[in-house]
Amino acid sequence: MINQKTINATLHLADTTLILAQKNSEWCAHGPILEQDIAITNITLDLIGQSRMFYQYAAELINEVENKNETEDTLAYFRSEREFKNFLIAELPNGDWAQTILRQFFFSCFHQLLFEKLQHIEDKQISAIAVKSLKEINYHVKWSSEWVIRLGDGTLESHSRMVKAIEILWPYTGEFFNAEENDLIEVKKIKSNWIQKIEAVFFEANLLIPGNVFMQTGGKQGIHTEHLGYILTEMQSLQRAYPGLEW
Amino acid sequence: MINPKDHIYSILEKIFDPEIPVLTIIDLGIVRDVIIIDEQTIEIVITPTYSGCPAMDVISFEIKLALLESGYKNIKVTYTLSPAWTTDWMSESGKRKLLEYGIAPPKKNSSRVNKMLFEEETNVSCPQCNSSNTNQLSEFGSTACKSLYKCNDCNEVFDYFKCH
Repeated sequence: MINQKTINATLHLADTTLILAQKNSEWCAHGPILEQDIAITNITLDLIGQSRMFYQYAAELINEVENKNETEDTLAYFRSEREFKNFLIAELPNGDWAQTILRQFFFSCFHQLLFEKLQHIEDKQISAIAVKSLKEINYHVKWSSEWVIRLGDGTLESHSRMVKAIEILWPYTGEFFNAEENDLIEVKKIKSNWIQKIEAVFFEANLLIPGNVFMQTGGKQGIHTEHLGYILTEMQSLQRAYPGLEW
Repeated sequence: MINPKDHIYSILEKIFDPEIPVLTIIDLGIVRDVIIIDEQTIEIVITPTYSGCPAMDVISFEIKLALLESGYKNIKVTYTLSPAWTTDWMSESGKRKLLEYGIAPPKKNSSRVNKMLFEEETNVSCPQCNSSNTNQLSEFGSTACKSLYKCNDCNEVFDYFKCH
Protein backbone atom coordinates (compact mmCIF):
# COMPACT_ATOMS: atom_id res chain seq x y z
CA MET A 1 0.00 0.00 0.00
CA ILE A 2 1.24 3.46 -0.86
CA ASN A 3 1.38 5.83 2.01
CA GLN A 4 2.63 9.28 2.76
CA LYS A 5 5.47 7.81 4.77
CA THR A 6 7.03 6.13 1.72
CA ILE A 7 6.62 9.30 -0.34
CA ASN A 8 8.31 11.44 2.32
CA ALA A 9 11.11 8.93 2.81
CA THR A 10 11.71 8.70 -0.94
CA LEU A 11 11.82 12.48 -1.27
CA HIS A 12 14.31 12.71 1.58
CA LEU A 13 16.61 10.23 -0.20
CA ALA A 14 16.18 12.08 -3.49
CA ASP A 15 16.77 15.53 -1.99
CA THR A 16 19.91 14.57 -0.09
CA THR A 17 21.58 12.99 -3.11
CA LEU A 18 20.55 15.86 -5.39
CA ILE A 19 21.76 18.65 -3.10
CA LEU A 20 25.06 16.91 -2.36
CA ALA A 21 25.54 16.36 -6.10
CA GLN A 22 24.76 20.02 -6.77
CA LYS A 23 27.42 21.09 -4.25
CA ASN A 24 30.03 18.60 -5.48
CA SER A 25 29.47 19.65 -9.06
CA GLU A 26 30.95 23.05 -8.19
CA TRP A 27 34.32 21.26 -8.29
CA CYS A 28 33.90 20.49 -11.98
CA ALA A 29 36.98 21.97 -13.69
CA HIS A 30 38.29 23.23 -10.31
CA GLY A 31 39.60 19.97 -8.79
CA PRO A 32 43.14 19.98 -7.38
CA ILE A 33 44.37 17.73 -10.21
CA LEU A 34 42.65 16.46 -13.32
CA GLU A 35 42.21 12.84 -12.14
CA GLN A 36 40.56 13.91 -8.89
CA ASP A 37 38.43 16.50 -10.63
CA ILE A 38 37.14 13.61 -12.75
CA ALA A 39 36.70 11.40 -9.68
CA ILE A 40 34.55 13.86 -7.71
CA THR A 41 32.43 14.64 -10.77
CA ASN A 42 31.97 10.92 -11.48
CA ILE A 43 30.75 10.46 -7.92
CA THR A 44 28.48 13.45 -8.47
CA LEU A 45 27.04 11.83 -11.57
CA ASP A 46 26.28 8.66 -9.61
CA LEU A 47 24.50 10.75 -6.97
CA ILE A 48 22.42 12.55 -9.59
CA GLY A 49 21.50 9.20 -11.12
CA GLN A 50 20.40 7.86 -7.74
CA SER A 51 18.51 11.05 -7.07
CA ARG A 52 16.68 10.76 -10.40
CA MET A 53 15.58 7.20 -9.63
CA PHE A 54 14.16 8.32 -6.27
CA TYR A 55 12.40 11.37 -7.76
CA GLN A 56 10.90 9.25 -10.54
CA TYR A 57 9.58 6.83 -7.97
CA ALA A 58 8.30 9.60 -5.70
CA ALA A 59 6.50 11.19 -8.66
CA GLU A 60 4.87 7.89 -9.53
CA LEU A 61 3.64 7.43 -5.95
CA ILE A 62 2.41 11.02 -5.59
CA ASN A 63 0.53 10.86 -8.89
CA GLU A 64 -1.16 7.65 -7.85
CA VAL A 65 -2.26 8.96 -4.47
CA GLU A 66 -3.01 12.58 -5.23
CA ASN A 67 -3.94 12.44 -8.91
CA LYS A 68 -1.26 14.97 -9.86
CA ASN A 69 1.20 15.27 -12.72
CA GLU A 70 4.51 15.40 -10.91
CA THR A 71 7.71 14.35 -12.69
CA GLU A 72 11.30 14.06 -11.52
CA ASP A 73 11.80 17.59 -12.87
CA THR A 74 8.84 19.24 -11.14
CA LEU A 75 9.94 17.71 -7.84
CA ALA A 76 13.51 18.94 -8.23
CA TYR A 77 12.79 22.34 -9.72
CA PHE A 78 9.48 23.53 -8.33
CA ARG A 79 9.64 22.76 -4.65
CA SER A 80 10.78 25.41 -2.23
CA GLU A 81 13.21 25.40 0.66
CA ARG A 82 10.85 24.17 3.35
CA GLU A 83 9.73 21.31 1.12
CA PHE A 84 13.28 19.97 0.70
CA LYS A 85 14.07 17.24 3.21
CA ASN A 86 17.80 16.78 2.61
CA PHE A 87 20.32 16.40 5.42
CA LEU A 88 21.90 19.71 6.37
CA ILE A 89 25.41 18.40 5.75
CA ALA A 90 24.64 18.15 2.02
CA GLU A 91 23.89 21.86 1.67
CA LEU A 92 26.95 23.21 3.52
CA PRO A 93 29.54 25.11 1.48
CA ASN A 94 32.28 22.95 -0.06
CA GLY A 95 35.08 24.70 1.81
CA ASP A 96 38.48 23.38 0.74
CA TRP A 97 39.29 19.95 -0.71
CA ALA A 98 39.65 18.52 2.82
CA GLN A 99 36.15 19.61 3.78
CA THR A 100 34.65 18.29 0.55
CA ILE A 101 36.44 14.94 0.98
CA LEU A 102 35.43 14.61 4.62
CA ARG A 103 31.77 15.33 3.90
CA GLN A 104 31.79 12.73 1.12
CA PHE A 105 33.45 10.26 3.49
CA PHE A 106 30.96 10.83 6.35
CA PHE A 107 28.04 10.67 3.97
CA SER A 108 29.20 7.71 1.84
CA CYS A 109 29.87 5.57 4.94
CA PHE A 110 26.36 6.36 6.17
CA HIS A 111 24.89 5.87 2.70
CA GLN A 112 26.51 2.43 2.44
CA LEU A 113 25.12 1.24 5.79
CA LEU A 114 21.69 2.70 5.06
CA PHE A 115 21.43 1.12 1.60
CA GLU A 116 22.66 -2.24 2.87
CA LYS A 117 19.50 -2.17 5.02
CA LEU A 118 17.24 -0.66 2.34
CA GLN A 119 18.03 -3.46 -0.10
CA HIS A 120 16.07 -5.81 2.16
CA ILE A 121 12.96 -3.72 2.79
CA GLU A 122 9.57 -4.68 1.45
CA ASP A 123 9.23 -1.86 -1.07
CA LYS A 124 10.54 -3.46 -4.28
CA GLN A 125 11.48 -0.26 -6.09
CA ILE A 126 13.42 1.27 -3.20
CA SER A 127 15.24 -2.00 -2.61
CA ALA A 128 16.11 -2.24 -6.33
CA ILE A 129 17.50 1.31 -6.27
CA ALA A 130 19.49 0.44 -3.14
CA VAL A 131 21.03 -2.69 -4.70
CA LYS A 132 21.96 -0.77 -7.84
CA SER A 133 23.36 2.23 -5.95
CA LEU A 134 25.42 0.18 -3.51
CA LYS A 135 27.73 -0.93 -6.30
CA GLU A 136 28.52 2.74 -6.86
CA ILE A 137 28.61 3.72 -3.20
CA ASN A 138 31.25 1.08 -2.45
CA TYR A 139 33.57 2.93 -4.81
CA HIS A 140 32.70 6.27 -3.15
CA VAL A 141 33.55 4.90 0.30
CA LYS A 142 36.87 3.53 -0.90
CA TRP A 143 37.86 6.71 -2.71
CA SER A 144 36.89 9.10 0.09
CA SER A 145 38.45 6.89 2.80
CA GLU A 146 41.75 6.86 0.92
CA TRP A 147 41.69 10.63 0.63
CA VAL A 148 40.93 11.12 4.34
CA ILE A 149 43.99 8.99 5.11
CA ARG A 150 46.16 10.72 2.50
CA LEU A 151 45.34 14.16 3.89
CA GLY A 152 45.14 13.28 7.59
CA ASP A 153 48.41 11.36 7.49
CA GLY A 154 49.98 13.72 4.95
CA THR A 155 51.75 17.01 5.60
CA LEU A 156 51.29 19.37 8.54
CA GLU A 157 49.20 21.58 6.28
CA SER A 158 46.91 18.80 5.01
CA HIS A 159 46.54 17.38 8.52
CA SER A 160 45.54 20.75 9.98
CA ARG A 161 42.98 21.20 7.22
CA MET A 162 41.43 17.85 8.02
CA VAL A 163 41.25 18.77 11.71
CA LYS A 164 39.52 22.01 10.77
CA ALA A 165 37.10 20.13 8.47
CA ILE A 166 36.18 17.73 11.28
CA GLU A 167 35.43 20.68 13.55
CA ILE A 168 33.08 22.16 10.94
CA LEU A 169 31.33 18.98 9.79
CA TRP A 170 31.09 16.75 12.84
CA PRO A 171 28.10 18.62 14.34
CA TYR A 172 26.15 17.78 11.18
CA THR A 173 26.61 14.00 11.42
CA GLY A 174 24.23 13.47 14.36
CA GLU A 175 21.32 14.10 12.04
CA PHE A 176 21.99 10.83 10.17
CA PHE A 177 20.78 8.90 13.20
CA ASN A 178 17.85 11.01 14.36
CA ALA A 179 14.87 8.73 14.18
CA GLU A 180 11.84 10.17 12.46
CA GLU A 181 8.36 8.84 11.70
CA ASN A 182 9.06 8.53 7.96
CA ASP A 183 12.20 6.42 8.33
CA LEU A 184 12.22 3.17 6.36
CA ILE A 185 14.68 1.51 8.72
CA GLU A 186 15.74 2.00 12.32
CA VAL A 187 18.58 4.45 11.75
CA LYS A 188 19.77 4.28 15.34
CA LYS A 189 20.76 0.66 14.74
CA ILE A 190 23.43 1.57 12.19
CA LYS A 191 25.05 4.27 14.29
CA SER A 192 27.63 2.09 16.02
CA ASN A 193 28.68 0.54 12.70
CA TRP A 194 29.11 4.00 11.25
CA ILE A 195 31.25 5.14 14.18
CA GLN A 196 33.39 2.02 13.76
CA LYS A 197 33.97 2.75 10.07
CA ILE A 198 34.91 6.34 10.81
CA GLU A 199 37.21 5.34 13.67
CA ALA A 200 39.02 2.73 11.57
CA VAL A 201 39.85 5.26 8.85
CA PHE A 202 40.60 8.07 11.32
CA PHE A 203 43.04 5.74 13.08
CA GLU A 204 44.99 5.32 9.82
CA ALA A 205 44.71 9.04 9.19
CA ASN A 206 45.93 10.17 12.63
CA LEU A 207 42.65 11.92 13.26
CA LEU A 208 40.30 11.86 16.21
CA ILE A 209 36.55 11.87 16.56
CA PRO A 210 35.50 14.92 18.63
CA GLY A 211 33.96 14.47 22.07
CA ASN A 212 30.35 15.30 22.76
CA VAL A 213 29.30 18.38 20.83
CA PHE A 214 25.94 19.91 20.02
CA MET A 215 24.42 18.21 16.97
CA GLN A 216 22.53 20.22 14.37
CA THR A 217 19.17 18.91 13.16
CA GLY A 218 16.29 20.05 11.01
CA GLY A 219 16.94 18.96 7.43
CA LYS A 220 14.52 16.05 7.42
CA GLN A 221 11.82 18.38 8.75
CA GLY A 222 12.56 21.04 6.13
CA ILE A 223 14.27 23.45 8.53
CA HIS A 224 17.48 24.39 6.75
CA THR A 225 20.61 26.49 7.05
CA GLU A 226 20.77 29.75 5.12
CA HIS A 227 22.75 27.97 2.39
CA LEU A 228 19.91 25.95 0.85
CA GLY A 229 18.02 29.00 -0.40
CA TYR A 230 21.00 30.09 -2.49
CA ILE A 231 21.50 26.59 -3.88
CA LEU A 232 17.85 26.29 -4.95
CA THR A 233 17.79 29.79 -6.40
CA GLU A 234 20.65 28.93 -8.70
CA MET A 235 19.61 25.35 -9.45
CA GLN A 236 15.97 26.20 -10.18
CA SER A 237 16.36 29.56 -11.89
CA LEU A 238 16.08 28.30 -15.46
CA GLN A 239 12.98 26.20 -14.83
CA ARG A 240 11.40 28.98 -12.77
CA ALA A 241 11.97 31.44 -15.63
CA TYR A 242 10.99 29.04 -18.43
CA PRO A 243 8.80 26.34 -16.86
CA GLY A 244 9.01 23.01 -18.66
CA LEU A 245 11.97 24.01 -20.80
CA GLU A 246 13.81 21.05 -22.31
CA TRP A 247 17.21 20.67 -23.91
CA MET B 1 10.44 -17.72 -41.52
CA ILE B 2 12.56 -15.89 -39.03
CA ASN B 3 11.33 -15.83 -35.45
CA PRO B 4 9.98 -12.27 -34.77
CA LYS B 5 11.94 -11.99 -31.53
CA ASP B 6 15.19 -12.91 -33.28
CA HIS B 7 14.37 -10.35 -35.92
CA ILE B 8 14.03 -7.63 -33.27
CA TYR B 9 17.29 -8.70 -31.63
CA SER B 10 19.02 -8.50 -35.00
CA ILE B 11 17.89 -4.86 -35.23
CA LEU B 12 19.01 -4.10 -31.67
CA GLU B 13 22.39 -5.66 -32.44
CA LYS B 14 23.07 -2.76 -34.77
CA ILE B 15 22.64 -0.09 -32.08
CA PHE B 16 25.90 1.08 -30.60
CA ASP B 17 26.59 2.59 -27.20
CA PRO B 18 27.06 6.33 -27.79
CA GLU B 19 30.05 6.54 -25.43
CA ILE B 20 31.85 3.36 -26.46
CA PRO B 21 30.89 3.15 -30.12
CA VAL B 22 32.42 -0.30 -30.71
CA LEU B 23 29.97 -2.00 -28.36
CA THR B 24 26.35 -2.70 -29.18
CA ILE B 25 23.67 -2.50 -26.53
CA ILE B 26 23.45 -6.30 -26.79
CA ASP B 27 27.21 -6.68 -26.14
CA LEU B 28 26.80 -4.56 -23.01
CA GLY B 29 23.87 -6.56 -21.69
CA ILE B 30 21.66 -3.47 -21.49
CA VAL B 31 18.69 -5.11 -23.24
CA ARG B 32 16.93 -7.27 -20.67
CA ASP B 33 13.80 -8.30 -22.51
CA VAL B 34 11.86 -8.00 -25.75
CA ILE B 35 8.11 -8.34 -25.36
CA ILE B 36 5.95 -8.69 -28.44
CA ILE B 37 2.46 -7.42 -27.67
CA ASP B 38 1.10 -7.71 -31.21
CA GLU B 39 2.46 -7.48 -34.76
CA GLN B 40 3.22 -3.78 -34.53
CA THR B 41 3.50 -3.20 -30.80
CA ILE B 42 6.59 -4.13 -28.88
CA GLU B 43 8.17 -3.34 -25.58
CA ILE B 44 11.92 -3.27 -25.08
CA VAL B 45 13.12 -3.51 -21.49
CA ILE B 46 16.51 -1.99 -20.82
CA THR B 47 18.58 -1.47 -17.68
CA PRO B 48 21.04 1.34 -16.95
CA THR B 49 24.71 0.47 -16.53
CA TYR B 50 25.33 3.13 -13.89
CA SER B 51 22.45 5.08 -12.31
CA GLY B 52 23.68 8.35 -13.74
CA CYS B 53 24.67 7.04 -17.15
CA PRO B 54 23.80 9.91 -19.51
CA ALA B 55 23.69 7.53 -22.47
CA MET B 56 20.38 5.94 -21.45
CA ASP B 57 18.16 8.61 -23.00
CA VAL B 58 20.08 8.46 -26.28
CA ILE B 59 19.95 4.66 -26.30
CA SER B 60 16.23 4.67 -25.69
CA PHE B 61 15.76 7.14 -28.57
CA GLU B 62 17.92 5.06 -30.91
CA ILE B 63 16.00 1.89 -30.11
CA LYS B 64 12.74 3.61 -31.05
CA LEU B 65 14.24 5.05 -34.20
CA ALA B 66 15.71 1.75 -35.40
CA LEU B 67 12.48 -0.15 -34.81
CA LEU B 68 10.34 2.54 -36.46
CA GLU B 69 12.58 2.33 -39.51
CA SER B 70 12.00 -1.42 -39.55
CA GLY B 71 8.23 -0.94 -39.69
CA TYR B 72 7.15 -1.32 -36.09
CA LYS B 73 4.56 1.29 -35.18
CA ASN B 74 4.21 1.29 -31.40
CA ILE B 75 7.42 0.97 -29.48
CA LYS B 76 7.67 1.28 -25.76
CA VAL B 77 11.05 1.39 -24.06
CA THR B 78 10.82 0.66 -20.35
CA TYR B 79 13.48 0.58 -17.66
CA THR B 80 14.14 -2.07 -15.11
CA LEU B 81 16.57 -1.81 -12.19
CA SER B 82 16.47 -5.33 -10.90
CA PRO B 83 18.60 -7.36 -11.22
CA ALA B 84 21.21 -4.59 -11.20
CA TRP B 85 23.46 -4.46 -14.26
CA THR B 86 26.83 -6.09 -13.95
CA THR B 87 29.89 -6.31 -16.20
CA ASP B 88 29.46 -10.10 -15.97
CA TRP B 89 26.75 -9.71 -18.61
CA MET B 90 29.14 -8.31 -21.20
CA SER B 91 29.44 -10.70 -24.14
CA GLU B 92 32.75 -12.34 -25.06
CA SER B 93 32.68 -10.68 -28.47
CA GLY B 94 32.06 -7.38 -26.68
CA LYS B 95 35.19 -7.89 -24.58
CA ARG B 96 37.20 -8.69 -27.71
CA LYS B 97 35.95 -5.56 -29.43
CA LEU B 98 36.79 -3.43 -26.37
CA LEU B 99 40.33 -4.75 -26.36
CA GLU B 100 40.80 -4.04 -30.06
CA TYR B 101 39.45 -0.54 -29.47
CA GLY B 102 42.13 0.09 -26.80
CA ILE B 103 40.07 -0.37 -23.63
CA ALA B 104 41.03 -3.19 -21.26
CA PRO B 105 37.89 -5.32 -20.75
CA PRO B 106 36.53 -6.08 -17.26
CA LYS B 107 37.81 -9.13 -15.46
CA LYS B 108 35.33 -11.95 -15.29
CA ASN B 109 34.00 -11.75 -11.77
CA SER B 110 32.30 -8.64 -10.45
CA SER B 111 32.28 -9.97 -6.88
CA ARG B 112 35.89 -8.80 -6.64
CA VAL B 113 34.98 -5.10 -6.51
CA ASN B 114 34.92 -4.76 -2.74
CA LYS B 115 38.59 -4.01 -2.49
CA MET B 116 40.69 -3.05 0.49
CA LEU B 117 41.75 0.56 0.81
CA PHE B 118 44.60 1.47 -1.54
CA GLU B 119 44.30 -1.90 -3.25
CA GLU B 120 44.27 -1.79 -7.03
CA GLU B 121 42.82 -4.23 -9.51
CA THR B 122 45.84 -6.36 -10.38
CA ASN B 123 46.94 -7.89 -13.66
CA VAL B 124 45.06 -5.48 -15.84
CA SER B 125 46.82 -6.04 -19.15
CA CYS B 126 47.76 -3.19 -21.43
CA PRO B 127 45.53 -3.30 -24.53
CA GLN B 128 48.46 -1.98 -26.63
CA CYS B 129 51.39 -4.26 -25.72
CA ASN B 130 49.66 -6.88 -23.54
CA SER B 131 52.06 -6.29 -20.62
CA SER B 132 50.63 -6.86 -17.15
CA ASN B 133 53.12 -4.40 -15.67
CA THR B 134 50.51 -1.68 -15.28
CA ASN B 135 49.23 0.56 -12.52
CA GLN B 136 46.13 2.54 -11.80
CA LEU B 137 46.28 6.31 -12.16
CA SER B 138 42.71 6.92 -11.04
CA GLU B 139 39.79 4.75 -10.05
CA PHE B 140 37.51 7.12 -11.96
CA GLY B 141 38.10 7.64 -15.67
CA SER B 142 36.58 9.44 -18.62
CA THR B 143 33.18 7.84 -18.01
CA ALA B 144 31.61 6.33 -14.89
CA CYS B 145 32.32 2.79 -16.08
CA LYS B 146 36.07 3.16 -16.60
CA SER B 147 39.20 3.75 -14.56
CA LEU B 148 42.47 5.14 -15.84
CA TYR B 149 45.59 2.97 -16.05
CA LYS B 150 49.13 3.34 -17.27
CA CYS B 151 51.37 0.70 -18.81
CA ASN B 152 54.89 0.74 -17.34
CA ASP B 153 56.39 -1.05 -20.34
CA CYS B 154 55.07 0.86 -23.34
CA ASN B 155 54.21 3.94 -21.24
CA GLU B 156 50.78 4.19 -22.81
CA VAL B 157 47.87 5.45 -20.72
CA PHE B 158 44.68 3.46 -21.21
CA ASP B 159 41.12 2.97 -19.93
CA TYR B 160 40.07 -0.10 -18.01
CA PHE B 161 36.38 -1.02 -18.06
CA LYS B 162 36.03 -1.67 -14.34
CA CYS B 163 34.13 -4.55 -12.79
CA HIS B 164 30.72 -3.58 -11.57
